[in-house]
Amino acid sequence: MLETSFLNKQFTNPLVLASGILGVTAASLNNVIKNGAGGVTVKSISLEPRTGHPNPTMVPYKHFFINAVGLANPGIEKAIEELIKFKKLSNAPLIGSIFAGTPEEFGEITERICEAPIDFLEVDISCPNVSREFGDPFAYSVSAVEKITKSVKIKSKVPISIKLSPNAWNIDAIAKAAEASGANAITAVNTISGMMIDVHARRPVLHNKQGGISGPALFPIALKCVYDIFKAVKIPIIGTGGVTTGEDALAMIMAGATLVGVGSAVYFRGVDCFAKITSEMEEIMKEEKIKSLDEIKGVAHS
Amino acid sequence: MNFLKISKIEKENEFVKTFYFSFSLNSKPGQFVMLWIPGIDQKPFSIAHDDGQTFGLTIFKRGALTEKLFEMNAGDRVGISGPYGTFFTVQPNTHYIMIAGGYGAAPLGFLAEKVTKEKNVKIDFIAGARSAENLLFEERLLKIPNLTLHITTDDGSKGHKGYVTDLLSNIINVDSCKNLVVTCGPELMQKKVIDCCNQYNVDCEVSIERYMKCGIGVCGQCAVDDLGICMCTEGPVVKRELANKIIEFGKYYRDKAGEKIFF
Repeated sequence: MLETSFLNKQFTNPLVLASGILGVTAASLNNVIKNGAGGVTVKSISLEPRTGHPNPTMVPYKHFFINAVGLANPGIEKAIEELIKFKKLSNAPLIGSIFAGTPEEFGEITERICEAPIDFLEVDISCPNVSREFGDPFAYSVSAVEKITKSVKIKSKVPISIKLSPNAWNIDAIAKAAEASGANAITAVNTISGMMIDVHARRPVLHNKQGGISGPALFPIALKCVYDIFKAVKIPIIGTGGVTTGEDALAMIMAGATLVGVGSAVYFRGVDCFAKITSEMEEIMKEEKIKSLDEIKGVAHS
Repeated sequence: MNFLKISKIEKENEFVKTFYFSFSLNSKPGQFVMLWIPGIDQKPFSIAHDDGQTFGLTIFKRGALTEKLFEMNAGDRVGISGPYGTFFTVQPNTHYIMIAGGYGAAPLGFLAEKVTKEKNVKIDFIAGARSAENLLFEERLLKIPNLTLHITTDDGSKGHKGYVTDLLSNIINVDSCKNLVVTCGPELMQKKVIDCCNQYNVDCEVSIERYMKCGIGVCGQCAVDDLGICMCTEGPVVKRELANKIIEFGKYYRDKAGEKIFF
């Protein structure tokens, strides 16, 4: 009932682990599959190792989660070992994820990561937490998105998905630009820029001061982004942002998503949130006599 | 997160202080808190003392965060969140064999104070350190009823010259009632303890330290091979059976970038 085809690859269900959550090691990704995810996205990888920002890097609140990890990762060389290992542990679809500072570097890391057995490649142009380091986030500029998409596309051996920012007021135009430049899919959305202050400490709670907001508070914002993008492009969408329940996941699909990213729900409902969400989806589908997800994809637009 | 005043600071030795907070944390031995100093960093620390009204953290000076902490005075405030993680078993009718390497004496001292209140409990506490001046909590441990303290030092400056594991097999053998080995300290020492417990088929609980960022099972930084479970939520205290399934235990861990570091 939940089987989903995404760019000719079969997923047992549409839930994919979003990048940045439980995605450091192959074993951790495999544990997410064991807990019911249809596929996984690895934590974003750069050419060189990065230790990220000092703590606090992730702070939970009742309705949202704020983080500024600073793209910590062991660098492409070590990360490839984990990607190879994942495919030994699991047959589930694996989405690679990369980021870089320039279009040229994006091309270079694409070439490297395609040595690993990934099924898709997500291109993170929208992390809100390192903006000063790499200049303005690429995700707000049509011309930057075009350049990066083209330089990744030309080097990639697998279909690519461009991950967009909900902070972009023109996200549908950005998605269109990515599609026109060769993107095979759109991941919408990354976290939205935000801040929290501890009143007793009189300081922002994150070491990086500002961070990305995820979790239930992001959901309605992400849902509208997916809705707008679905109208603008023909390529499939990985709808990500605050999905915590089966109802949220189905709403994402009705807005136009083919796959549904799940991240912060791991905190709100535990690592078994994937199994919980899929069983809730099935329950609602039975009740509403929905036989397949194809039947409801984008149905909110009609 | 609570922003708490340090109520008291005790110097344990040149590099180690215990910071007390008058706060009802309700933690269990083996659990940890995240301690935040704004603008510096936030790190996990195991709880060394908790009587319900006051808790204490015994801290070794080793980086930017602890250096700043060591400059602080009673009355200064730090951010505390937790307690987090799994804990050691507290049960009656048990012969506890506690094996502490270096600063591992902190959570095990807390555990010993808890279990001594249970019925029919006997504790053999093996404390190991590089040398006599690095030993922690000797006085505190000697006050605990039903506890026999065994000291080992690498250089022989106090107690048995050698390693904590030298004493373990004798203590396991001589006792006929239910043994429970608990250990906290350097991982290679812990690995030897587990190997010994495997050999004698004795129950054992071990506290596994991994680099943590979020402390709440989300970032995946402390996931262990090949189970993929996070040590901040499914650890730090794990039973022998689970520890035996963690293939990286005693071999390697990952640093803050996620790169493997071999012991």
